Amino acid sequence: MTEHREVLIIGSGPAGLTAAVYTARAQLSPLVLEGEPSSTSDQPGGQLMLTTDVENFPGFPMGITGPELMGQMREQALRFGADLITAKATRVDLSSRPFKVYVGTDEPTYEADSLIVATGARSLMLGVPGEERLLGFGLSTCATCDGFFFRGHEIAVVGGGDSALEEAMFLTRFASKVHLLVRRDQLRASKIMQERTFANEKIEVHWNTGVTEVIGETKVERLAIVDTVTGEPGILEVTGIFVAIGHVPNTSLFEGQLDLHDNGYIVVGEGARTSVEGVFACGDVQDHVYRQAITSAGSGCMAAIDAERWLEEQGL
Amino acid sequence: MSEHVINLTDDTFDEQIGAASGAVIVDFWAEWCGPCKMIAPILDEIAAEHAGITVAKLNIDENLDVTRRFDVMSIPTLIVFKDGQAVKRLVGAKPKGALVQELAEYL
Repeated sequence: MTEHREVLIIGSGPAGLTAAVYTARAQLSPLVLEGEPSSTSDQPGGQLMLTTDVENFPGFPMGITGPELMGQMREQALRFGADLITAKATRVDLSSRPFKVYVGTDEPTYEADSLIVATGARSLMLGVPGEERLLGFGLSTCATCDGFFFRGHEIAVVGGGDSALEEAMFLTRFASKVHLLVRRDQLRASKIMQERTFANEKIEVHWNTGVTEVIGETKVERLAIVDTVTGEPGILEVTGIFVAIGHVPNTSLFEGQLDLHDNGYIVVGEGARTSVEGVFACGDVQDHVYRQAITSAGSGCMAAIDAERWLEEQGL
Repeated sequence: MSEHVINLTDDTFDEQIGAASGAVIVDFWAEWCGPCKMIAPILDEIAAEHAGITVAKLNIDENLDVTRRFDVMSIPTLIVFKDGQAVKRLVGAKPKGALVQELAEYL
């Protein structure tokens, strides 16, 4: 049986849940496919589920943790009657309206008059030997989950953006020393995070440093590194490694159906409209520039209002 | 935690794992771990649906000995014990379907 909805939202980070709050309050009884449990950012609540303190979301002067913030957004969406389903869309068909959305089935699970895409972005991995094998054995994608196990260890964080520096700072609570491995000779991160990083005695920044292999028999024992300028190889003795080198948008469901930029992000124009009428996109899946909880939530609101107006115009 | 799930500690671990007749799935978890919270209800369901196995939880904060003995370095980690021996290990949260599939031979 295919269930019909006026609004279907794929994704449950700040963009998806804000779109849910707005469309629910507009009496459009949205259904949110919120994703499935995982230890990566591909989970209900999205990337913020793996962060600690969020200090720059307006309205929380003392900060709030990522999971708490997402828990509250979820509650707010439920309060106005949004339906949240803990499942992932496995296929979408945008070739005709209503759009069809599949959840691991041959028959469409849902058909929707309008679709809001809020599938977000996921962390890039290094793609070097040893990485996949040692995931969970010293190599982690979740500092907040696994930092605890590195009490007194020397560890490495790879990356030069805000999320890398945030992880490095967080991990100094546990680790005896954190090596921050940066590919270039400067950081992408915000000024305030850079200042905090340089002021932290437990963090040593290694400039122009890439990782070529994660080494260890049953758990991480050391890293093979390389000087990205001279090409000179080296070894770094660490027992833990956390990777935070950037993101790619989760657009595989929409390839060949929605216009994408060369870097894979969804093309939007006139608010949150995509190349297919009735399909709207918000959050990190269409934003490689700002990528903040607040901009993501803001664009979720835009998508909801655009969808609401479009449905009205269509007489749906 | 459901009535089908037992709690293990450093003190009771060996005795309870040794005494179990079928397979025991031990969930290494902590209060501050988001992905652990997500899989907890799934494990409750698996415990309720499969009478042949035992689902047990071990709080890593309070039980460091067992946690270290099994080299747990990431949570959630699930270790399946059979006849007192660790026979399978799963690291990271997964949806119910994937978990049931991975654990199928013990259910």
